Amino acid sequence: MSHRTVINIGPFHPLQEEAEFFQLYVEGETVVDVDVRISYNHRGIEKLDESKTFDQVPFVVERVCGICSASHPLAYVQAVEEIAQVKVPERALYLRTIVNELERLHSHLLWVGLAGHFLGYNTVFMWAWKYREPVMEILEITTGSRVNYANCKIGGVRRDMTAEQLQQIDRVCVDLVGPLDMLTKAVLDDPVLHARLKKVGVLTPADAKAYGATGPTARGSGVAIDVRRDDPYAAYDRLDWQVITAPDGDVFSKAVVRLLECFEAAKIIRQCVRDIPGGEIDAKVEAIPPGEGVGHVEAPRGETFHYVRSDGSNRPVRHKIRAPSYNNIPTFKASCVGLQIPDVAITLASVDPCYSCTERMCVALDAQTRKPLYDFAELVRLSQLKTQQMRKEW
Amino acid sequence: MTTVPTQEGITLTGFVGEVIKRLGRLVVDVQQCQPRRGIVRIDPDATVEVARQLLAMSGSRLATATGIEVRDGIDILYHWCFEPEGVVLTVKALAARPELAIDSIAPVVPAANWIEREMHDLLGAQFRNHPDMRRLILDDSWPQGVHPLRKDFDQVLDRPPLPSAPTDGGGPKEAGP
Repeated sequence: MSHRTVINIGPFHPLQEEAEFFQLYVEGETVVDVDVRISYNHRGIEKLDESKTFDQVPFVVERVCGICSASHPLAYVQAVEEIAQVKVPERALYLRTIVNELERLHSHLLWVGLAGHFLGYNTVFMWAWKYREPVMEILEITTGSRVNYANCKIGGVRRDMTAEQLQQIDRVCVDLVGPLDMLTKAVLDDPVLHARLKKVGVLTPADAKAYGATGPTARGSGVAIDVRRDDPYAAYDRLDWQVITAPDGDVFSKAVVRLLECFEAAKIIRQCVRDIPGGEIDAKVEAIPPGEGVGHVEAPRGETFHYVRSDGSNRPVRHKIRAPSYNNIPTFKASCVGLQIPDVAITLASVDPCYSCTERMCVALDAQTRKPLYDFAELVRLSQLKTQQMRKEW
Repeated sequence: MTTVPTQEGITLTGFVGEVIKRLGRLVVDVQQCQPRRGIVRIDPDATVEVARQLLAMSGSRLATATGIEVRDGIDILYHWCFEPEGVVLTVKALAARPELAIDSIAPVVPAANWIEREMHDLLGAQFRNHPDMRRLILDDSWPQGVHPLRKDFDQVLDRPPLPSAPTDGGGPKEAGP
């Protein structure tokens, strides 16, 4: 029987924004099992929401995650609007769509940069983050903040956009298409990346279903699910766009899905700017009746799911939040097994795990001596080294 | 002619109605049946059978579950999504006092693994036959039997003291450069 070693990734490490703990069980260089521990930063937001009024909760839940800070409030207000049976004004629906798609753009570009870094493509990292910056700036111009947009409220949105601001948004999307095209081609046409990412970290459609995977993680396995199309909210059913899927379930497929979704996002935003009607932006909801409602939204990483129960008072009795990474991270149990250690870093990164949503970091200990073997920096170095070697051999 | 007991004013129509009819006698009460939303209460002894049937349907997936403290125990709400119909079906099962226990669906639906552990930690619900009932949300040093999402838990008054620093020298604190 071969010698089994535990590689700990986490829970705290300078390379990781937040805490999460992966334990890789390896035999030689091959991963045979993965265990994940989360909740080192559990903030008890569900409990906190029970002490807030319905109108205060959006400001709490947008702090669930700094990147999904448009998706969480939207999912929450949709759940409450379902209870109160609110008809949201058209203009507010378009404004919600614009902010949510800008969020998808900046989130996907952030991921492309990080993935590039993990693979040793630091130019990709610099480019992606450079082109992400105008998106962040336009979010600041139109909502007042780069993160935590305080955009959604029950019954509509809090802040209108001027015609001039809408034109600025349009400009940003037009200017982004060229660089996006270049980035996409740089990834899709690079033979080393093909060799490096194809058939790595494969998630089969059956496993995607069993683990309840959502978003690009599922769509990268050929599972064409997208809340925006299947259960339309905001203005998505009035616009022309495609659900992007890729068939192979590997890291490459997930990268392709995210890159192509950026184009769709730009397309959606430009249509919104073109078609947005005038009028009210707020339905002026007065009271929330007793009842229960669910709201779900296609966040950049997948479906964000909120459940709210009201007893007719001004506070929710229960507010359940499920972020997409909560369902996507357990898929590592299927996708990491059988991998070589240098492929683990990019596979872990391929679901774009969001630590606020869920939790992470990494050190390898020898199972017997408990001495560190690898930390996450070492895993990234191994990953970059493997790319370099492949580049030389090419 | 349906054998499924429904609340007054609810008719089983559309896709949601079809799904509920297929569950048949396992459903004890239909509380909502709308074009894209449904809420049913099931026999608490039939959680596994219901999960097996729902997972076998095409386009289904378990989105998540919610635990809610109610008078008679803890209500466990499994939220099932169906695509491309865009339907969310909420399946309620009561984990009744005093045991607060229902059968775990995690052996059948891996997606339920984490969320059942979470409800076990935060609300004290028990899931029989769960494959891996270690703590997920609470720290190992958190006292047994204290469930922070219960209504009678006060975040200030009932907060347990912080644990003393571990002395075993093992584990992740050796991590990092």
